[in-house]
Amino acid sequence: MAVDITQFHKIFFEESFEGLQIMESGLLDMEPGTPDNEQINAIFRAAHSIKGGAGSFGFAPVSAFTHHLETLLDEIRSGHRTVQPTDIDVLLQSVDCLGQMLRACEAGHAIDQEQVHRHQQALEALLNGVAADVQDTLPSPPLPAATPDSVTDGWQIVFTPHRDIFASGNDPLRIIRELDELGTLTIEADTGFLPALQDYNPEECFLSWNLTLEGTVNRSEIEEVFAWVEDDCDMAIRPLSEVRHAQDQSLLPTAPPLTVTESIPASPAPDAAPSPITQTTSRSRAETDIKAGTGSPTSIRVDTQKIDQLINLVGELVITQSMLGMLGESFAMDRLEQLQSGLVQLERHTRDLQESVMNIRMLPISFVFNRFPRMVFDLSTKLGKRVELKVSGEQTELDKTVIEQVADPLIHLIRNSLDHGIESPDQRRAAGKSETGQITLNAYHRGGSIVIEVSDDGRGLDSKAILDRAVARGLIESGESLTPQQTHELIFAPGFSTAEQVSDVSGRGVGMDVVRKNIESLGGNIIIHTAEGKGSTFSIHLPLTLAILDGQTIAVGDETYIVPLVSIIESIRLSPEQINRLAGKGETLHLRDEYLPIIRLHEIFDIRSVRSTQLTSGLVVVVEGLGGRCGLFVDNILGQQQVVIKSLEENYRKVPGISGATILGDGSVALILDIPGLMHLSRQQSRESSINHP
Amino acid sequence: MRCILTVDDSPSMRQMVSFTLKSAGYEVIEASDGVEALSKAKTRKVDMVITDLNMPNKDGISLIADLRTLPEYKFTPILMLTTESGNDKKQAGKSAGATGWIVKPFNPDQLLKTVSKVLG
Repeated sequence: MAVDITQFHKIFFEESFEGLQIMESGLLDMEPGTPDNEQINAIFRAAHSIKGGAGSFGFAPVSAFTHHLETLLDEIRSGHRTVQPTDIDVLLQSVDCLGQMLRACEAGHAIDQEQVHRHQQALEALLNGVAADVQDTLPSPPLPAATPDSVTDGWQIVFTPHRDIFASGNDPLRIIRELDELGTLTIEADTGFLPALQDYNPEECFLSWNLTLEGTVNRSEIEEVFAWVEDDCDMAIRPLSEVRHAQDQSLLPTAPPLTVTESIPASPAPDAAPSPITQTTSRSRAETDIKAGTGSPTSIRVDTQKIDQLINLVGELVITQSMLGMLGESFAMDRLEQLQSGLVQLERHTRDLQESVMNIRMLPISFVFNRFPRMVFDLSTKLGKRVELKVSGEQTELDKTVIEQVADPLIHLIRNSLDHGIESPDQRRAAGKSETGQITLNAYHRGGSIVIEVSDDGRGLDSKAILDRAVARGLIESGESLTPQQTHELIFAPGFSTAEQVSDVSGRGVGMDVVRKNIESLGGNIIIHTAEGKGSTFSIHLPLTLAILDGQTIAVGDETYIVPLVSIIESIRLSPEQINRLAGKGETLHLRDEYLPIIRLHEIFDIRSVRSTQLTSGLVVVVEGLGGRCGLFVDNILGQQQVVIKSLEENYRKVPGISGATILGDGSVALILDIPGLMHLSRQQSRESSINHP
Repeated sequence: MRCILTVDDSPSMRQMVSFTLKSAGYEVIEASDGVEALSKAKTRKVDMVITDLNMPNKDGISLIADLRTLPEYKFTPILMLTTESGNDKKQAGKSAGATGWIVKPFNPDQLLKTVSKVLG
């Protein structure tokens, strides 16, 4: 029966790439010396699985290469080898090489033989340093044949199973059956050892057999049949010719049991100095690999529990639907209450179902975080800085699409922290800091959004340098007074770079403006906290999912808008004494101890049908976004509901202040407000108006 | 229908073994490590166990040893999947009570041949 092996390729590659990541992060954590047991075991297991799978699924070169890798890991695992820094280096490079081989196999490209060969040699060089051990894992040498393997007219086999042979799950009958398939078998059972019935233990074997196998059979074929029970029986195999010859001399010598001599390798040789490996094959290649690895996989693996939960919910939904169906067939007003409770149920199930479906798309952010230890390691080596990367909250889950798109901005931010944030060891010592800088990656949920923070304990943002550069680039007027926050935000302006010269680490033609743009296109925002000399923190706030949003519907004239619920702090009706008008700065409202700018939505969106322009006759929705608050002046607040986000950009074009659109229950389209965008827009408008009407 | 428990931490190997056996008409139960395998074996008596050796939580060797202590698995055939052609692993598996082994890499035909040999 033919089984098509290729159907398992996809899962094999998926699993192997995961294995590579385990190996890589394990190796990065590994300290020279004797590694932690669980750590090395995990790395070994990953290599072992890749080797086994590659061999079985038809990728022999991958399997062969991994064998060397595995052998080295096994030496470390078994304690025969203490880990040298060069070992980690070579192992990491081999992992890279293996990754490239696998990617080549996956894409159906040819493997770069020359490169594989180079890495294989590096591995072998390390292995040969402790040559005595290597043999241990090489295939055992052929058994020394007691008698020639040559084809004879047949064999005599004396087979005496040990009494406990059944305990290994082996059955002498199976062996005899198999022998029977090899040639003509004559079976004689020796019942001489059978005890009396009262002493008989049915779980033990008391029989032995004298088997004569006639035909042209190789000795190795017979030995193969007995391979599993070698140690569970006494056995002698002799050519029939020899037996007959012995019989002629009317002597039947007891056949010597088949002995298998195995050359046991000598005790491990002392750790010879591993031969130097050319460091020129730099680790930084991993970086390009990392990028290559970001190609979005089209499938995700889902926990079966999540699927079971879905099936459950669909079941509930079907029940509710049929209940409502029945109700609809014979509806009378007295059953209104039943109808309402049915609809409530329907709503609950729909919401649960939706949450579960969204849940399937949720992946832990470790998918992105996992690649950073290597990147930080490579870059810090290149820059001659000492950096420790701390990662926390890697189990925080977020939407797969968001994960995929947040990777690039994060890479950029970390590069920036490494390049511009963290100082050189000398500078750090002079500043009274530890020579090793720290970069911290953290992720956590807050409300309906996820926060990802990249912080460093480096030099912080230099406000003066930023201002000078901004003036030089014509981003601001010389002498313009900016708040510290506004100053820091300048680094997000297009065409801004604080580095004295563009280095190949962070300067790749992509500026912070692109980072911000990418994050905003995900519906998120980015905030800087920085203290000069102490470090900076970049906080990225992202919505959990891009598809659905909890919104508050508001009315402005004939138009309906959606305000994301997460942005809303409160809604109030203003009394006249709360309102202040400031020259050139528009209107503000006094709320407790704060003065908040008021944004008149009807002005921003130019809506003529507005009910009243009197601030006191409408409502103000106080919202928060991008580190600030403001009040949105609206006609009325309608209700809360979940809305499905449709991209406005894809269907129309990007509109400032609007993050998307949705379709309401009555079929009409409502626009979803982009709060940070609105605040920006309103600042611009008030600045323009203050210029126009000084 | 004969039921076989296949234990491997690698989903691709598990899938391959399971698919091959199923298409040959066996019923197959899967487990991803020794702990899961042991609990599944306890819930339902299987006619044969095929286990990988290197696994997290509980490796193949201790799984075999544990299974052998259960009365209903005293004589059940247990095959180990091993890439090591060196004898250490095989020996350890044998002394834990394994019936035999299948050397990785193997193809579906080899697997079926061995299984049908053991199950008769």
